[in-house]
Amino acid sequence: MATQHSKTAARLMISPAVILLFLWMIVPLSMTLYFSFLRYNLLMPGMESFTGWDNYYYFLTDPAFSAALTNTILLVVGVLVITVVGGVLLALLLDQPFWGQGIVRVLVIAPFFVMPTVSALVWKNMFMNPVNGMFAHIARGLGLQPFDFLSQAPLASIIGIVAWQWLPFATLILLTALQSLDREQMEAAEMDGASALDRFLHITVPHLTRAITVVVLIQTIFLLGVFAEILVTTNGGPGTASTNITYLVYAQSLLNYDVGGGSAGGIVAVVLANIVAIFLMRMIGKNLDA
Amino acid sequence: MSRRTSASRTLIVTLAAWTIAFLIFFPILWTVLMSFKSEGDAIKAPFAMLFSDWTLQSYADVQERSNYARHFMNSVVISLGSTLVALVIAIPAAWAMAFVPGRRTKDVLMWMLSTKMMPAVGVLIPLYLIFRDTGLLDTRIGLVIVLTLINLPIVVWMLYTYFKEIPGEILEAARMDGATLGSEILYILTPMAVPGIASTLLLNVILAWNEAFWTLQLTTSRAAPLTQFIASYSSPEGLFYAKLSAASTMAIAPILILGWFSQKQLVRGLTFGAVK
Repeated sequence: MATQHSKTAARLMISPAVILLFLWMIVPLSMTLYFSFLRYNLLMPGMESFTGWDNYYYFLTDPAFSAALTNTILLVVGVLVITVVGGVLLALLLDQPFWGQGIVRVLVIAPFFVMPTVSALVWKNMFMNPVNGMFAHIARGLGLQPFDFLSQAPLASIIGIVAWQWLPFATLILLTALQSLDREQMEAAEMDGASALDRFLHITVPHLTRAITVVVLIQTIFLLGVFAEILVTTNGGPGTASTNITYLVYAQSLLNYDVGGGSAGGIVAVVLANIVAIFLMRMIGKNLDA
Repeated sequence: MSRRTSASRTLIVTLAAWTIAFLIFFPILWTVLMSFKSEGDAIKAPFAMLFSDWTLQSYADVQERSNYARHFMNSVVISLGSTLVALVIAIPAAWAMAFVPGRRTKDVLMWMLSTKMMPAVGVLIPLYLIFRDTGLLDTRIGLVIVLTLINLPIVVWMLYTYFKEIPGEILEAARMDGATLGSEILYILTPMAVPGIASTLLLNVILAWNEAFWTLQLTTSRAAPLTQFIASYSSPEGLFYAKLSAASTMAIAPILILGWFSQKQLVRGLTFGAVK
């Protein structure tokens, strides 16, 4: 009786969170789905009409879409590779004994707390600006021609900026995981004559798998939605050179006022994210059980 | 002999670690330094800039021209408000899932996490139109609602992992002694749960403070938090380096300090308890 009572109470306590999240998922998403089949432009109110799959057809066959898809993949994969590889190396370094560990940790984690608009603007103006930026000053000092990062290599520059923001996160998580590594096991392996490389490959790497999985999962969630960094640095340009799916949908709907087309793009983005999510949820589901 | 190698090894590691840490931190350091320079000195070559005069002029200019204080207050209200509302909704849910787990508890938790994976652009248009039609566009309350819903899954997860660590036997013992649900929560659970709730609050305030999709889409001026305020510097004021630096320094300083206090909780919170 008491358990039945507490089960009911538990359900009541969970329901507000579940209902709110369910509404948050379902109401706007079904509106987007509905709009995606309409010819609907904010500049022509009252002219909405059903248009079938046209919006999807135009969105998917637009060269901007394939460019944005490629850029999204490059951005996510590029940042993941830099942060995971860099994070493992940096965590291995910081796991050694050295002087001033506390301060070094504080300095390394700092970029993670910088808001995206600030880090993007600081890099854009103070460092990558081809006239007054620090890189330009250094290039001229060395007798080289300053490089205009954001117009010559916009996507690579944005990958660099975003990687700078996320490297601290990866490092911190991997370092935390390393610190829970069993020292005695390491020493035993060393005494048995295992080389440093062997110890790294057969003890450290398996131990870090779970942490790396988590880093990949969480960063992917955020990296698929990178927006502010693009908005304040390149506006997706030149052309579509640094437009990702998120930015493309924003441009289509709120800059071109094309609600129908933007909604179709939104649904495409949701489908793509779900494909990624299914893989990731399987991974983390397995890892969280362990 | 082995002492010597280990001392020199420590020295090498120390040098390497400090060098890398300095390089990673450098953009922030440089921004802070530049904020104390005049506009003319800020665009000089690095060394010339470093040894020019120091001034607080940029801070005065930023406050005078763009009303920094109002945007700062918007950030405080929005990040703290959305976190508190999320906590009120999430604490009962996480408590129930941790102490009265059912067959479906794990599914519910995974489903909540999956809502985080829905790309924001998928619901941008409906939300924008709903906000426009209900007058929520560019209001603090509108942003509090959106950020609450966005961060709710993370808040539930974090609290769940903290509550899970409170031994259930204590609750059972209290129940045997005839404690009611209310007194159970008030006298036993609350004192043990406060540290977890505090960490959740801290981390969530940081996430909400730095949120830069919805804050940029749904505000323009009145309710604009610091993310939007800084974005407004992207043109043409962005060329005024000293003012941009001063505005940036003021926007990141509070959260940088909070963040440094919450490093440990950050790992745990953002990995949903998978890495401790």
